[in-house]
Amino acid sequence: MSKLTGKVAVVTGASKGIGADIAKGLAKEGASVVVNYASSKEGAEKVVAEITKAGGKAIAVQGDVAKEADVQRLFAETQKTFGKLDVLVNNAGVYQFSPLEEFTSELYNRIFNTNVLGALLATREAVKLFGDNGGSVINIGSAATELNPPTSVVYTATKGALNSITSVLANELGPKKIRVNSLNPGMVETEGVHSAGFIGSDFQKGVEAQAPLGRIGQPNDITPVAVFLASDDSGWLTGEHVVASGGHR
Amino acid sequence: MSKLSGKVAIVTGASKGIGADIARGLASEGASVVVNYASSREGADKVVGEINLKGGKAIAIQGSVTEQADVKHLFEETIKTFGAVDILVNNAGVYSFSPLEEFSVDEFHRLFNTNVLGLLLATREAVLHFGAGGGSILNIGSSVTSTNPPTSTIYTATKSAVDSITRVLANELGPRNIRVNSINPGLVETEGTHTIGFIGGEWQKNREAQTPLGRIGQPGDITPIAVFLASEDSGWLTGETLFASGGLR
Repeated sequence: MSKLTGKVAVVTGASKGIGADIAKGLAKEGASVVVNYASSKEGAEKVVAEITKAGGKAIAVQGDVAKEADVQRLFAETQKTFGKLDVLVNNAGVYQFSPLEEFTSELYNRIFNTNVLGALLATREAVKLFGDNGGSVINIGSAATELNPPTSVVYTATKGALNSITSVLANELGPKKIRVNSLNPGMVETEGVHSAGFIGSDFQKGVEAQAPLGRIGQPNDITPVAVFLASDDSGWLTGEHVVASGGHR
Repeated sequence: MSKLSGKVAIVTGASKGIGADIARGLASEGASVVVNYASSREGADKVVGEINLKGGKAIAIQGSVTEQADVKHLFEETIKTFGAVDILVNNAGVYSFSPLEEFSVDEFHRLFNTNVLGLLLATREAVLHFGAGGGSILNIGSSVTSTNPPTSTIYTATKSAVDSITRVLANELGPRNIRVNSINPGLVETEGTHTIGFIGGEWQKNREAQTPLGRIGQPGDITPIAVFLASEDSGWLTGETLFASGGLR
């Protein structure tokens, strides 16, 4: 298993959930991985330890993607430790749901700053670090942009924006051999989704009833798709929005 | 490289071009491969020979996907030889181009019979023959359903039909653990595209100028994507249409 031997990857928001699983998956394929976290230091260090124990290479680097200086520091640390960059997984994301009548500007700013501004800042800095061989940017979006569930207007709008970022940057950066693709998961069982109260709910039952593959996702359903998009196997794909939701659309 | 060990794959129209390369790619991942052809027996035997030389398993089976009896025979022979079938790559396809004023009814039927009816006949037999564990169906569509080039009305219409077939059957067959996805390639350099005159002239230059990744495709760009969609790595993807065109959409 060595499709990413010699490559360096940054995964934002990798202390838990999908990001943690992707970080481990990339490392398993031979990549050196930067496990970024905003506040969950313990979680990030646990991911690093798991990777190292399995014979891989990883470091944890703190930084809030919504803060420009943090993002610059994240990539400076990456360059200092590993000397280069090949893969960026824009995974850091937050979600909170609210009927239109009740959303607040504070909620809007928080979600847009992390999910959209953060992804743009990270991509801008990553592009400076990609070399002549280019690189692969994977934006973790959401199948919400297909399903458009009520009460999700702010969250889904951020993910719609992210889809457009993928499409535009694929066109813009293609000549520099930089591929940009979106990976849009459906409902996945993670710590965050548990905390938000979705697991065991009617929402979950609804997803299971409507998903062709009849269940909700697990992080390890998403990871092999991320590995594919990071590696040269997907070298002819750019600007794609891959919906990974067991067919739920 | 053994992501498909123990699996049996049928690739229609695999005597040359993209189909031949996919057949070789699946075999190199451990699948036993049926190289179907309609009339190019020499080409199909060559593909089988190349696979066997590398230690893989393959047989050539003649059959036109437009003939129901041929398709039944194709699957019966596969089961007889290899005992099962797990993967179907609906690659057999034909193309011709004509301004609207000049299209012929015969050409309409020829293109629709192979590209759409043939695909449905093969898919039905696959579903009847897949085991209890389900299977993976991969339809080779085309990026023309996004680029919509003039003079391609009939061809592009057949490929839009294929896009719809992918989505409907993903929904319909998901509960039986059968995944259905498409790869939609852009212009790829094959024997066929050489014959029709797309390679080496203005059309190729035109495509390259508009493609983010700055060149046209080779069969080897398509094959790793097919291997991904055939394997369990894509187990959480169904109903997906991947545009494999270097970003040209």
